[in-house]
Amino acid sequence: MSIQTPLNKVRGLGSAQEGVGHFWHQRVTAVALVPLVLWFLVSLYHHIGDPYQEVVEWLGKPTTAIPLLFLILAGFYHMKLGMQVVVEDYVQKDSSKIILLLLNNLVAIGLGVVCVYAVLKLSFGV
Amino acid sequence: MSESNQKATRPLSPHLQIYRWPVTMITSITHRATGVGNYIGTFFLAWWLLAAAMGQKAYETFQAVAGSPIGLIVLFGYTWSLIYHLCNGVRHLTWDVGAGFKNATAETTGAFVIIISLALTLFVWVVGVAGMGGGQ
Repeated sequence: MSIQTPLNKVRGLGSAQEGVGHFWHQRVTAVALVPLVLWFLVSLYHHIGDPYQEVVEWLGKPTTAIPLLFLILAGFYHMKLGMQVVVEDYVQKDSSKIILLLLNNLVAIGLGVVCVYAVLKLSFGV
Repeated sequence: MSESNQKATRPLSPHLQIYRWPVTMITSITHRATGVGNYIGTFFLAWWLLAAAMGQKAYETFQAVAGSPIGLIVLFGYTWSLIYHLCNGVRHLTWDVGAGFKNATAETTGAFVIIISLALTLFVWVVGVAGMGGGQ
């Protein structure tokens, strides 16, 4: 017997109110990252060893900056989700787990903001 | 008194080191390890982008570190980690749509991922570094 209302059963969000959200976001970002990482590796490959001026010019172009911003957003979210699972799997002590999960968010959001700032600065030259 | 200090004398079930490592086990734990590797690698990526945005001097510092022996080793590892996680990630996505679950298929695709990731990494480095040498 269940005390769940039919509506809650249908939503299937469980006790954490998240349901399959984590799993699904991991997959959506994974699919997005396949072409983005491929693009990034190929373009990086073409610019290995370029002098500073050329690198800056290349990074500031819309055709570089826009896919790069997508890569940063999808990539940092994907890695935040992944590291969260690693911490949840291996760290058993509650206090350490909570601290590491907070740190994980801090690193992902922090580095993400740094990268976005850098790309915008390279694009608009403020 | 807590019992946690006592060593168990009863027989325990065998742990990881007892088992033969099938390809699927190697690719699985390597996927997680490269995921963590990519996580660490993003610090390098962020530094690179920020250095480019901050100016020539900051960028030269980055280049000096990236071009040092340790920097090159880290970058080589990051390249392979990224390519492996990408290839094996596609393998995981095919599983997500329900394909490739037969034991033999999973072992074949696993071996393929290992070989192709190493080959692509070597290609990027051998041809990439050779191209850089020619360009300078």
